[in-house]
Amino acid sequence: MKSKQPSHLRSIIAHTVLIILSFMCLFFFYILIINATRSHADLQKGFSALPGGNLLKNLSSVANDGTFPMFRGILNSLIVSGCSAAICTYFSALTAYGLYAYNFKVKKIAFTFIMAILVMPTQVTAMGFLRLITNMGMYDSLLPLIIPSIASPSVFYFMYSYLQSSLPLSLVEAARIDGCGEFRTFNRIVIPIMKPAIAVQAIFSFVGSWNNYFVPALVIQSKDKMTVPILIATLRGADYMNFDMGKIYTMILVAIVPIIIVYLCLSKFIIAGVTLGGVKE
Amino acid sequence: MGTKHKKVDYSKWGYIFILPFFVSFFIFSFIPLVDTIRYSFFEYYRSGIKEIGPNFVGMENYISLLGSDMLKYAANTLILWVIGFIPQIVIALVLAEWFVDARLKIHGSQFFKVVIYLPNLIMASAFAMLFFAMFSNNGPVNSILISMGLISQPIDFLGSALGTRSLVGFMNFLMWFGNSTIMLMAAIMGISPDVFEASELDGCNSFQRFFYITLPQIRPILAYTLITAIIGGLQMFDVPQILTNGQGTPDRTSMTLIMFLNSHLKSKNYGMAGALSVYLFIVSGILCFIVYRITNNDDPDGSKAAAKKAKKLQRRGRL
Amino acid sequence: MMRKRVFSVLLAASMAAGLLAGCGGKSESGSESNSTAEGSAAPASGDEGKVINIYTWNDEFRERVEAVYPEVEETSKDGTVTTLKDGTEIHWIVNPNQDGVYQQKLDEALMNQPDASADDKVDIFLSETDYVNKYTDADADVAIPLTDLGIDPDTDLADQYSFTKVTASDTNGVQRGSTWQCCPGLLVYRRDIAKEVFGTDDPDEIAQKVNSWDTIKKTAEELKAKGYYTFSSYADTFRLYGNSIENSWVSPGETTINVDPQIINWVNSSKEWLDEGYLDKNVKGQFNDDWNKAMGSSSKVFSFLLPAWGIDFVLKPNWDGEEGVWAVTAPPQEYNWGGSYVHGCTGTDNPEHVKDIILAVTADKDNLMKISKDYLDFTNTTSGMQEAAADDANFSSDFLGGQNSFKYFAPVAENIKIAPLCAYDQGCVELIQNSFSDYLQGNIDYDKAKANFETAIIERYPDITAVQWPE
Repeated sequence: MKSKQPSHLRSIIAHTVLIILSFMCLFFFYILIINATRSHADLQKGFSALPGGNLLKNLSSVANDGTFPMFRGILNSLIVSGCSAAICTYFSALTAYGLYAYNFKVKKIAFTFIMAILVMPTQVTAMGFLRLITNMGMYDSLLPLIIPSIASPSVFYFMYSYLQSSLPLSLVEAARIDGCGEFRTFNRIVIPIMKPAIAVQAIFSFVGSWNNYFVPALVIQSKDKMTVPILIATLRGADYMNFDMGKIYTMILVAIVPIIIVYLCLSKFIIAGVTLGGVKE
Repeated sequence: MGTKHKKVDYSKWGYIFILPFFVSFFIFSFIPLVDTIRYSFFEYYRSGIKEIGPNFVGMENYISLLGSDMLKYAANTLILWVIGFIPQIVIALVLAEWFVDARLKIHGSQFFKVVIYLPNLIMASAFAMLFFAMFSNNGPVNSILISMGLISQPIDFLGSALGTRSLVGFMNFLMWFGNSTIMLMAAIMGISPDVFEASELDGCNSFQRFFYITLPQIRPILAYTLITAIIGGLQMFDVPQILTNGQGTPDRTSMTLIMFLNSHLKSKNYGMAGALSVYLFIVSGILCFIVYRITNNDDPDGSKAAAKKAKKLQRRGRL
Repeated sequence: MMRKRVFSVLLAASMAAGLLAGCGGKSESGSESNSTAEGSAAPASGDEGKVINIYTWNDEFRERVEAVYPEVEETSKDGTVTTLKDGTEIHWIVNPNQDGVYQQKLDEALMNQPDASADDKVDIFLSETDYVNKYTDADADVAIPLTDLGIDPDTDLADQYSFTKVTASDTNGVQRGSTWQCCPGLLVYRRDIAKEVFGTDDPDEIAQKVNSWDTIKKTAEELKAKGYYTFSSYADTFRLYGNSIENSWVSPGETTINVDPQIINWVNSSKEWLDEGYLDKNVKGQFNDDWNKAMGSSSKVFSFLLPAWGIDFVLKPNWDGEEGVWAVTAPPQEYNWGGSYVHGCTGTDNPEHVKDIILAVTADKDNLMKISKDYLDFTNTTSGMQEAAADDANFSSDFLGGQNSFKYFAPVAENIKIAPLCAYDQGCVELIQNSFSDYLQGNIDYDKAKANFETAIIERYPDITAVQWPE
């Protein structure tokens, strides 16, 4: 059939669409960056396509503001997001493997149960959650932001789907025949196979946790434990008399730069992982 | 699903492996959930700094919610979701297919992949703030359009229901299409190359390959995308909240269910918020059940059957 | 699509405190803490706690304390701890006002007050005019009556503007807070536009052109003819109407909202003004980008209605032209906008310090004059402000082209009659503007706007049972 000719046309269409989409994505970052380099007075004059010379001044006003310890916030966010992503992906993979590879009485119930709670909106439980962690003495600490990510139904479901399509049980049987312990099988054989899925979900969890405002705002009280989104929100509302949009744009920029760096590093790994990690059926 | 013949009983490992998940869930979600449900049967709110209740009122909260504008907000949520989701899933599928299509040779595909995911990294709240500034009457978008001579008066994007809804949908699209693309791409790459090779030999064109092989094969991930999107849609909050400053303007046409919940929580009306949460919980349960059934209709191993069917069709079509 | 939205919700810190407080059980601050306050009204200073916790929403109060409280030794670099000369530390607990976050964090702390350890107890908290009533409530009893602290409002605070004292009192007339500032508002206008349209920028002549709603309408027509807007948006004039309501939104002990005829007047005249083109259709509300831009040099807006802090903190940073272009004059109607009240918190373990700080920052005339000079606050001293009004040498402003704004503020301040307050004010004021903004912009009809207000207000205040509209 005519498969050579249209593929040329398709290629042109594909590139055009991609370029338009990329432009839309980058345009907003561009505006953010431009605005972060301009002073409030410049911003008042309206939008300009060229950057201003105020970035350093804006940066130093962000860095020197004791009321908004931005860099401390970034550190806190890194700790919380890193730990959450690690715990969340590991335990979700573990749970998915547990339900996928073993047969036991409550298996079906457990699976259905997780599928049911998959739909549970987080907001629903916030009220009780706060009371609970207060009673447990974890109020105003970073732990309640990390530990609950062990139970992430949506990550579990992704892992489970991935296992279904990529892990032949024969491989597990083979490992058992070789005398491999169950945990060892999981850590040495299953985890490497699941690398692509883990990488994808690690990014998602990291980003989700990094951008999470809801739970931290409930739990964190003191300034030195605040994460970036709380600081941003605090800055935005802190002082309506403090009109410095340049500083606010810079703060948003500072808040997203670390995650972009992390992403740029991880993205290579992800795409490579996806390419290499395919398991033959 | 699973292994049928086993000599050693490994079932205790199953329990051990799923234990952390369930313990964590029980403590951090289940107990709070029970609390929430319990309060939904109480009149319990704050007036100033005085607390009213909790007084048991039975189903009263549920009934008075039905009499409120809740259904209208549900419709708003659905509309906002559809506006964002339809283009998102279509574009994501197409892009994923393009990216993995070796014959298409996308130049700089690494660059594109990195770029389309970028919007997802920016905090939704910050993103909404940025949009609010950009699409305001004197904002950059209007001034660019005016200077290009496309319009003479600034467009009041946020003043009309259509404008606001489109903006919300557009933002959701922009924030999530890259994410879906990567996910679907991972799924497509997980398909055994043998299947593609076979189809190639059979002379499948790219359309046929996409509809008869790729789609059925990635069904589990597609279902996952759909389910999480539905949950996400149901919980749509921060974008419209910040864009309209929590008011769902104009005329509450962009007020979503969670914004409605938030306004109850903000007024510390725990009873009402609890009842609304339970409604949300039930609705999301039903939605997901439907999706789950649709995507897992007949056999658990449906994907392969579909692929075989496709191949057969293919042959027949050729003959 | 928004899958991680599950986590990334901004659902407002708002919920935060509210939820916690809601779980904390009933407030028992009442009788118990009352006795604490009375029992410790005049303790030996050795009994004072080592930490003074002050709840506020920005740096403003800290700066005032640092400037005028003689006991201040130094403040840590990040601004969170101020050490006093006797070694006592002031801990500043700052939460943003926006979205009610401040109030919720404060409420949470107040609920926990009886159980909190001495160093964690709230000692002083601040409130704004919009919600001061919530905290001065006699039944809630979270703010200590000034007399229990050893401050006699009749003598110690005699020089304060009386409306500020009324504002800080509960329904029995017991004063439970005090403020250093008083926020009379003026009409701030552009001299260049005035010269072009009226041929003069003289404040007294402009005052003649804006001295009532009827005259200002004629003036608006003149401005419109030259392509200028009188005000930026309908939100700008709301305070003038809102401040002159006859009865409080909710009468004490009732659960019905009474919408005052003045509010309807605001709606009707705003509609008229907007349709006539006297207001900039592109500006909706305040404190947003469009509003800020309306204060820039390329804007076509002739004037704003602002108090002293508004000129210094809002207008000045948003103005990108030369100094001396703006001027102030008397507004069409006296009004008050803002004001931060300082309260001693029931259960405090530092009543002596609390008393000292309140007196130093809100009652000492020399201190108040210093604040006026350094921060351009219009401060709460009747005699002092009269002196300032006469003292052009020390109190004239370059930004206003050498005008002494105190000359205009002082008479306004003396004529302010504070509107009857209630605990629902903040929500009513906010929601009525939101609901009717759709109507003003022509999105919905009048009855729909009324219905939307009713829905929104009951959402905000579950105990409200009905809304009464004027005939």
